[in-house]
Amino acid sequence: MAENARVSDRSVAVLAGGLSHEREVSLRSGRRLAGALRASGLDVREWDADSTLIDRLRAERPDAAIVALHGGEGENGAIHAVLELLGVPYVGTTAAACRRAWDKPTAKAEFARAGLHTPDWIALPHTTFRELGAQSVLDAMVERLGLPLMLKPDQGGSALGAQVVRAAADLPAAMVSCLAYADTVLAERFVTGTEVAVSVVHDGTAPRALPPVEVAAPGGVYDYSARYTQGATTFHCPARLPADVIATLERTALEAHALLGLRDLSRMDAVVDGDGRVQILEVNVSPGLTDTSLLPTAVAAEGSDLGTVYAALVERAVERG
Amino acid sequence: MTIPPSPNRPDAVERTAAAAAPVPPTERFAARTSGMVASEIRALFAVASRPEVVSLAGGMPNLAALPLETLSQEVGELVAREGQVALQYGSAQGVTALRDQICDVMREEGIEADPNDVVVTVGSQMALDLVTRLFCDPGDVVLAEGPSYVGALGSFAAYQAQVIHVAMDSEGLVPELLEEALRTLAARGITPKFLYTIPNFHNPAGVTMAVERRQRVLDLCAEYGVGVVEDNPYGLLGFSGTRYPALRSLDRSVIYLGSFSKTFASGLRVGWALVPPAVRDRLVLAAESATLCPPSFTQMVVSRYLEKQDWRAQVKTFTEQYRERRDAMLAALETHLPEGCSWTVPDGGFYVWVTLPEGIDAKAMLPRAVTARVAYASGTGFYADGLGSRQLRLSYCYPTPERITEGVRRLAGVIEAELDVRRTFGLPAAPPLELRRGSHTPSPDTA
Repeated sequence: MAENARVSDRSVAVLAGGLSHEREVSLRSGRRLAGALRASGLDVREWDADSTLIDRLRAERPDAAIVALHGGEGENGAIHAVLELLGVPYVGTTAAACRRAWDKPTAKAEFARAGLHTPDWIALPHTTFRELGAQSVLDAMVERLGLPLMLKPDQGGSALGAQVVRAAADLPAAMVSCLAYADTVLAERFVTGTEVAVSVVHDGTAPRALPPVEVAAPGGVYDYSARYTQGATTFHCPARLPADVIATLERTALEAHALLGLRDLSRMDAVVDGDGRVQILEVNVSPGLTDTSLLPTAVAAEGSDLGTVYAALVERAVERG
Repeated sequence: MTIPPSPNRPDAVERTAAAAAPVPPTERFAARTSGMVASEIRALFAVASRPEVVSLAGGMPNLAALPLETLSQEVGELVAREGQVALQYGSAQGVTALRDQICDVMREEGIEADPNDVVVTVGSQMALDLVTRLFCDPGDVVLAEGPSYVGALGSFAAYQAQVIHVAMDSEGLVPELLEEALRTLAARGITPKFLYTIPNFHNPAGVTMAVERRQRVLDLCAEYGVGVVEDNPYGLLGFSGTRYPALRSLDRSVIYLGSFSKTFASGLRVGWALVPPAVRDRLVLAAESATLCPPSFTQMVVSRYLEKQDWRAQVKTFTEQYRERRDAMLAALETHLPEGCSWTVPDGGFYVWVTLPEGIDAKAMLPRAVTARVAYASGTGFYADGLGSRQLRLSYCYPTPERITEGVRRLAGVIEAELDVRRTFGLPAAPPLELRRGSHTPSPDTA
């Protein structure tokens, strides 16, 4: 009872919006999270990451902030660094670790070094293609990764700019589209299998994996539309996979979380390939919290709710100071 | 409770048993809503509301020019004196006094109308929706300019009508191409239900249908038994002082859609349809089923405004501001846009239609633009058939001239960067000879 009273006194600033390509998703995440926290009795403010933010943080001194920003400064550590600068406790990963997870090639290199599986990849900036001759580089890329292959911006989420390229002739146009999102392209071997997301939360004594969520997207392509159109994608939680694979998934998510030095929560996106291996695609430090997002689905599947989980994370943040 | 098995529905019992697992509502959506999905492009527009971004995308009127204090007093008086009526249900056809005044407004463009033939709607968008509902069965064909207003395409899609675009040039809809389309369709036994046209200061193309083409367009539609729906939200916002004769002023069978969104206040959502008497009663019934009645309050606000304020002077003020902004945009385009771009020169309204160098896809380029803090509407949204990838619409109605200049400067940088990437990957970037830079190639459509 005393514990509950203490929790409900907390004031929390949910930071959502921002100027990244994922502003829309972030606003939806922020709205949902704010509602869940209010339902858990917390005193919640919802703020955009704009030129008024620092003054607000200084004036209102919330007990903690939660970064529900997606993409750009919400995930590359910039906002986290500002919160550290101002001495505002926050839920989530430190600025330094955010930078590691945010840059997909950096994170993939860490996974590979640690012996975790991640689809083979090449990350190159536009300038390399320009200076070395695009066709030669593309040819070498196809030779190494085969077709089809995945193209993604090296940074960013919500599948924005990501596409499957099935024919070499389509590569130049696909590169142009992808480079509209970022200056560096991550080309990845295309892995077929079961697409799964495993969230990790540290709401008790240690980080724990939530039940893996299997993603059955229409046509097998989990793109922006499939992610955010209600009913377009079917989620199975727990995933329809053998118990040993589920266990591997959970263990891998925890390993990836620890390897990148993440804190409080994360979500690993992976594909279980034909050989039953868990191929990590990426790990998100600011998982989506919308009605169609994966972390809330996993939280609901274990019989909990978003407000309870995040209220516990707020307590951890406040205790850390 | 169980439902007994039916000989016609042998699965009935199984369905009852399955009721334990609730069927998500998303699985009960009507098939015609399958196109209503989350869009990457729409998501990118979320940043357009932030002040850091110069949005040349939306078509928001510049309400800063309105006398808000006076309006506030008028609205206060309306509630104090006529609140019992203004806050009550009203007639499905609209407030009588307002319908009289709407006829005065339409007279400015040469239309003589009977107030009994006016149906007030929640914006002209609702009128468009109702007209489509009245005339279009799934699969029916509607003709529309190419490009066309995105809200109209949305209505046509909602009623599963098929849109055939007819191209324009700098003088609007090309009658020869209209005739060709009508003839081709007739040869296939298809009579389009109507031609949807925005003759004045077109959205998105910015062009105006030449006066000498208007009668020809009407004659062709009459000859082939095709109705005409004229959408005219911008007609009073001409920069040269020329008032073009509305199609409805030339032919009383035309269905005319009007709006106060651009000449007064878009947030009030007051528009109207002027229809032939034979259409009116059914339109009123359709309107009644949609909203029971348009809001009495907003109609009476508009009515009071038209009665008490010099609305013609206000339209003149709006027009002068829009002309200044149009000039700023055209000057900036001329100064900053790279070789291979062309654009239309609007003589009124809100929009410039830009054609990009060959090969550039405006939709694919949008993330780069958003990163550079400028937004535009990419061209494919204004076509029902996938055309328009090389075009984009720029609005000059809302940002100040300084912001417009800055926005175009940013856009030019985005196009240059896109061309640079395309060159890297060996994709065509050079403009064909006939499409050299400048406003002398104003075709809004390369179809």
